Amino acid sequence: MAEYVLIESRDPFEFANVGSYCRLAASLAKAGNKVTLFLVQNGVLQARIGAKDGGMAEAAKSGVTILAEEFSLRERGIGRDALVPEVKPMALDFVVDRLETGAKTMWH
Amino acid sequence: MKVLQVVETAYRATLEEQDDTIIWLTHAMRGAQAELDLLLSGNAVNYALVGQDASGLAFGEWRQTQPPRLADDIAGLIKKGVQVHVVEDDLAERGLANAHLVEGVGRIKRASIPELMEAHDQVWHW
Amino acid sequence: MAEKKTLTFALMDPPYESSRSTTALRLIDIAAKRGHTINVFAYEGAVALPFAKQKAHANAVHGRDEAAENHPLPRDWIAAVMQEAERNGGKVDWVNCGLCVDERGVAEAVEGVRRGSPADFWKMASASDNTLVIPTR
Repeated sequence: MAEYVLIESRDPFEFANVGSYCRLAASLAKAGNKVTLFLVQNGVLQARIGAKDGGMAEAAKSGVTILAEEFSLRERGIGRDALVPEVKPMALDFVVDRLETGAKTMWH
Repeated sequence: MKVLQVVETAYRATLEEQDDTIIWLTHAMRGAQAELDLLLSGNAVNYALVGQDASGLAFGEWRQTQPPRLADDIAGLIKKGVQVHVVEDDLAERGLANAHLVEGVGRIKRASIPELMEAHDQVWHW
Repeated sequence: MAEKKTLTFALMDPPYESSRSTTALRLIDIAAKRGHTINVFAYEGAVALPFAKQKAHANAVHGRDEAAENHPLPRDWIAAVMQEAERNGGKVDWVNCGLCVDERGVAEAVEGVRRGSPADFWKMASASDNTLVIPTR
């Protein structure tokens, strides 16, 4: 079992392939890997309650941990209480933490 | 170290660069003995298509003499021992399910991508 | 103290065109604070990030002169993270892809930036604990 960090900087409103990336995260998790989907920049826009789901719900159900970068959230006026329940805020340091442990880290 | 290069964006400045810069980078690293495989996904599945023709770019009297030849570059990677895979589902979504692809390109289903990623030490998504 | 690591980053975005450049430098800054050995391979437009001739300007829309505007220059950010790494026992080895530099005419870079090639990227990545590629769109 390997660890994957999938960084998603794009949002599903502008980019049609964000759904594919969520599905990749889900399939990696279903294959038994530890998977984190780390939303950053406009990627956090889909984490707001009421936003159209671009594939995150399915990813969460498959066991993917979904985090949203704290600065990106604040920059876009998304408070903690405005986040969908499956997403947790997290500092960008998390990415460096995981790089240090050798997690396969990809940026979309 | 074995690396899987994933290319998704296609035709980004390919006329100006006369190459896809990541396919080119893959060639250059292979020349430095890098162990690399290539996965074409999203719009980049079109790179595996035989029959692309980017010739004829001109501005005033200026003529492009070396247009990008992306299918040839894909064939070239295969010749250098790089395994080139293309996502079957992405081909089908683009009306390319039965397209004539460069010889040696392997089709894989999206569901098999985790297995392909597992088989590599690192995955570099361009 | 946490173990020091060697991390490689590949960047592609030019300055002032994408949030990716800023986020990339934020990641590098975090790694610099931890004293890691950080390799950066700047490819394509990213070779302009450390361009020495970036120049600040005023902002008439907001009524700020050059000093008050304090406009960010990525070359200053890069110099700052290089210093930060050194302060913490690490270093930043920034390699600009030479051909990318040539076609963009941005050979004059801040101190600490060197010219290289894809072979350098492979060499850096092979010797690293991990590599993160931050692609452009």
